[in-house]
Amino acid sequence: MFTYYLDLALRSLKRNKLLTGLMVLAIGLGIGASITTLTVLRLLSGDPLPGRSATLYYPQVDPTTREGDEPQGEMTYVDAMNLWQAHRADRQAIVVSAQVKVFGPQADARPMGLSTVATHPDFFPMFDVPFARGGAWSVADGAAKARVAVISQALNDKLFGGGDSIGKSIRLDRWDFRIVGVLDRWRPTPRFYDLYGGGAFAAGDDVFIPFETSRDLAELGIQGSGVDCWGQMEDEVHLENQPCLWLQYWVQLDSPAKARDYRDYLVSYSQQQKALGRYTYKDKPKVALRNLTEWLDYNGVVPSDVRLQTWLAFGFLLVCLLNTVGLLLAKFLRRSVEVGVRRALGASRKTVFAQFLVEAGVVGLAGGVLGLLLTLAGLWAVRRTPSDYASLAHLDAGMFLATLALAVFASLLAGLLPAWRACQVPPALQLKSH
Amino acid sequence: MDIRPIFSALRRHKLATLLIVLEIAVACAILCNAVFLIHQRLSRMDVVTGLAENELVWVKNDGLSGDDAPALMERNLAALRGIAGVKSSALAFPLPLASTSMNFNPGMDADGTVRGPNLGMFIGSPGYLKTLGLTLVEGRDFNADEYGDMESWLPVSPVMIVSRSLADRLWPGKSALGQAFWVGKKRYSVIGVVEHLVRGDLRGTASEYAALFAARPNRLFSGLYVLRVEPQARDRVVREASELLLRLNPQMLVTDKGTYAEMRASYFRQDTSMAWLLGVVCAALLVITAAGIVGLASFWVAQRRRQIGVRRALGARRVDILRYFQTENFLIVSLGIALGMALAWAINLFLMSRYELPRLPWHYLPVGAVVLWLLGQLAVLAPALRAAAVPPVVATRS
Repeated sequence: MFTYYLDLALRSLKRNKLLTGLMVLAIGLGIGASITTLTVLRLLSGDPLPGRSATLYYPQVDPTTREGDEPQGEMTYVDAMNLWQAHRADRQAIVVSAQVKVFGPQADARPMGLSTVATHPDFFPMFDVPFARGGAWSVADGAAKARVAVISQALNDKLFGGGDSIGKSIRLDRWDFRIVGVLDRWRPTPRFYDLYGGGAFAAGDDVFIPFETSRDLAELGIQGSGVDCWGQMEDEVHLENQPCLWLQYWVQLDSPAKARDYRDYLVSYSQQQKALGRYTYKDKPKVALRNLTEWLDYNGVVPSDVRLQTWLAFGFLLVCLLNTVGLLLAKFLRRSVEVGVRRALGASRKTVFAQFLVEAGVVGLAGGVLGLLLTLAGLWAVRRTPSDYASLAHLDAGMFLATLALAVFASLLAGLLPAWRACQVPPALQLKSH
Repeated sequence: MDIRPIFSALRRHKLATLLIVLEIAVACAILCNAVFLIHQRLSRMDVVTGLAENELVWVKNDGLSGDDAPALMERNLAALRGIAGVKSSALAFPLPLASTSMNFNPGMDADGTVRGPNLGMFIGSPGYLKTLGLTLVEGRDFNADEYGDMESWLPVSPVMIVSRSLADRLWPGKSALGQAFWVGKKRYSVIGVVEHLVRGDLRGTASEYAALFAARPNRLFSGLYVLRVEPQARDRVVREASELLLRLNPQMLVTDKGTYAEMRASYFRQDTSMAWLLGVVCAALLVITAAGIVGLASFWVAQRRRQIGVRRALGARRVDILRYFQTENFLIVSLGIALGMALAWAINLFLMSRYELPRLPWHYLPVGAVVLWLLGQLAVLAPALRAAAVPPVVATRS
């Protein structure tokens, strides 16, 4: 029966090419716009570490004299080191990054400006960072301020032709570092661990060095790009004792109970700091412990323009659907005679209804194919925009299927009302008048 | 013309009429808000920075450190002035709309208990106001001996020049000259006021809260060379300046370079692409809405061929038939617009609560209405002409 309806639908659609074309165009445009923006939105609001994100937390405390109930986003060196040394979490790492001048092994090569992260060794297992060769430095290396580095796969390809670079050295500004690890391809989106550095959708980082070493070589200038002082800064190179917020601190807490305990610890830490005269909060300590997803939300990582575009695209889809409903209605009611005849010959309302829905579905499928092409064109255009995330905008298999499904679903929805109206046509009336 | 027959005809097609009215309403609501958003973006991009924008080029680098840095910077500046077409050169930080900034809240008294608004700090080497092309409206530029050292981002020199916007905010109704504020323990007094100066990033009404300070070349702001050049020489100077700096400083890393026009365009890139996107969606909306009107009107014309024939046989002229469909379309579109305006207002309220947008100015609504009326009339013209061409003889056929 379905193939018969399909045949009927194709015949009917061929009869009025203009009207069919308009409907397919409307659905195609609406679907194309919606799926393009949805793909970008999904790209930007995706979970960077599926399965892990619920155990990663960003603790916040507030040593400043500022007003407001929310603790600050970054940490001072003193607080970050106090929390790190307390080792109250399953894993913990300070994170701070900057562009550093890097020289390759070739003599008199020009330097490159590379994004360099100073952190603790827990960074790698905590964020599931894959290694192609070697591994992270040890806690002892950090304590010894060892000049060791982990480099990205891209940098290894560039400087060492993808070969084994373990034990070889690269120069960061004036200092030589020994390579101890090479990463496998790793580019979490968004770049959640360093929202105060290069930006949430910046290209990946190329060099990772121990945080202690970065402080020993303070002139490397690894201070992030959001140094935020609430008092007079007296030394812009050695920020250790300045009234400035510039570090990010991440912990891994494997169970909700541990997260609760850690929050209590932050409160008692703040109270202790107030007793020492460092903190000046009034009523209760300003602390927060957000998990990864909450932290991204809190920082508004998804640009508001992208949300606006998605709203706009769905508004547009709504207009396209209303349009299609109107056109389908016109088309179906024009065939009242045909329906009357079919009904008189014994077709039930249900079969007439089904026949018209199949026709709507065919329009939807054609619209979906057009929408798919338009989505590909739309994403191609997005990739040509200058935003940081542009190069990541691609259609994956899931969205591919979603496009066709949404198109057929939308057209069936649009076809419901016209099909219902069409199957209400009484058989006798139409026969009488003709 | 009597519109009662049109109403009774529409009443028999309630569903189709309702659909097209809804479509026009949603289109009207989206159009008004989208055009308003485009206007917002474009007017944001109209900002006056205060610079001689057509004459500026810049080269960003990783900066210099060490004791000989000031001497090397002086040498670099002198060498840059030697390039043909360069009028002057200076080190400055930051540039307006550079997306980086230094900001602080000044103390309005010596102990810093009263804090002023957050403002942007500019620092530069001798002659940088001239190089940037800033216009003084009161007071004077820095003298050569007022450029001094820096102590951890604070210039030793106790004088500053503020933007008119900041002067009006801090000392309303009086001359800013001689007024002062404090940063930490340091007191800075105003010696001049510039007409316009936008900060490193736009911040609504505080976009021009800016203060200029003076210092000799210092490693703290060694990363940005700014050159004032002949407008037609800009591209060449960008290239030659960066090559010259690399030749003079073999270890230097030039991280970025360009004309000021490029820097400005890059600051507004997101706004530009958003405005384009909104524009394309508006155009597509108009096309789809028009298509919907054409489709439905064609259907009605085909359906009413017999009635049209009867009317023609009974003496209606072609123009009467044409007018009938045009009036019908006008009524439908008007209903859509009425509904659409309420919807436009509701969407605007939603956007205001979510995206910090201002209220939709009322004049968008009549303009949107006129556009949709015209669109409706254009779309219905072809089907209506086809209707008018129906010969009276159709009435006799069945």
